[in-house]
Amino acid sequence: MELDRIEILLEKYFEGETSIAEEKELKAYFSSADVAQHLEHYKAMFGYFSSAKEQKFEQQIPLKSRKLQVAWLSVAASIVIMLGMFTFYNRNINQSEDLGTYNDPEKAFEETQKALNLLSKNVNVGVESMQYVNEYQESKNLIFKN
Amino acid sequence: MNQTEFVKLITPFKDKVFRLAKRLLVSTEEAEDATQEVLVKLWDKKNGLDKYNSVEAFAMTITKNYCLDQLKSKRAGNLQIVHNNYTDGQAGMQKQLEDRDSLGWVEKIIDGLPEQQRMIVQFRDVEQYEFEEIAKMMDMNETAVRVALSRARKTIREFMTKTHNYGIG
Repeated sequence: MELDRIEILLEKYFEGETSIAEEKELKAYFSSADVAQHLEHYKAMFGYFSSAKEQKFEQQIPLKSRKLQVAWLSVAASIVIMLGMFTFYNRNINQSEDLGTYNDPEKAFEETQKALNLLSKNVNVGVESMQYVNEYQESKNLIFKN
Repeated sequence: MNQTEFVKLITPFKDKVFRLAKRLLVSTEEAEDATQEVLVKLWDKKNGLDKYNSVEAFAMTITKNYCLDQLKSKRAGNLQIVHNNYTDGQAGMQKQLEDRDSLGWVEKIIDGLPEQQRMIVQFRDVEQYEFEEIAKMMDMNETAVRVALSRARKTIREFMTKTHNYGIG
């Protein structure tokens, strides 16, 4: 390509008067290997325009607004929290309602007896240890006869 | 219009939307968010899209307006931080001059242009739209577009020549 033509095109280019075809010609010239020395500094400029066109939008095409998605996310989060609290409290209530009841009356009677026996046994342990105190009382009475 | 048709409709220009958003907002993440917002807006209007001669031009206009709004609200936020006004100055220039990557350097020059010129450079030099289309999308007349483009290109040239000379000398 003749240098004269390129220089004329450049002149027109900076006045904003080149057509798309002429601009393509300039781009082609400046991307070639043999650019005249005194025009070298335009190389980066035209090179940049070509490289800038390579940038692509890599993300997925969204069909719902991001803002809407965020709104739904918060709704979902609050539902999860409410469900969590609901089950948590329900479980607690269940625990307090579980009194260890029996459906079979005989078995219930047995269990009650067992429980009462255990209780009285433990109470007796306490009473037995009180027997020693009684001993003291008796020996004291022996020594100090009123 | 169903999803497949919609995706087919927007595929040719979704990258252009993203690139315009990135040109204006600079940050990749913000540009991605903006692109998604624009595509969602288009999807919401999917039944009225037949009215427009060019859905692409319509999409670019939405993108332009959305990004300018974003910038406006960002700037309003920045005003509260007084010291922000002092940070960008000679030090930034110095750093830019040291930038060895000449393509990145061009990008920095373009991103330093006024928003209108930035958009026009993006439309013309990167996306290669005709002046008529640019005028419609920018809501300007063709002459004004040419003037702004010429001004932008000359600014870029000025910076390029300067760095080139620094580079040699």
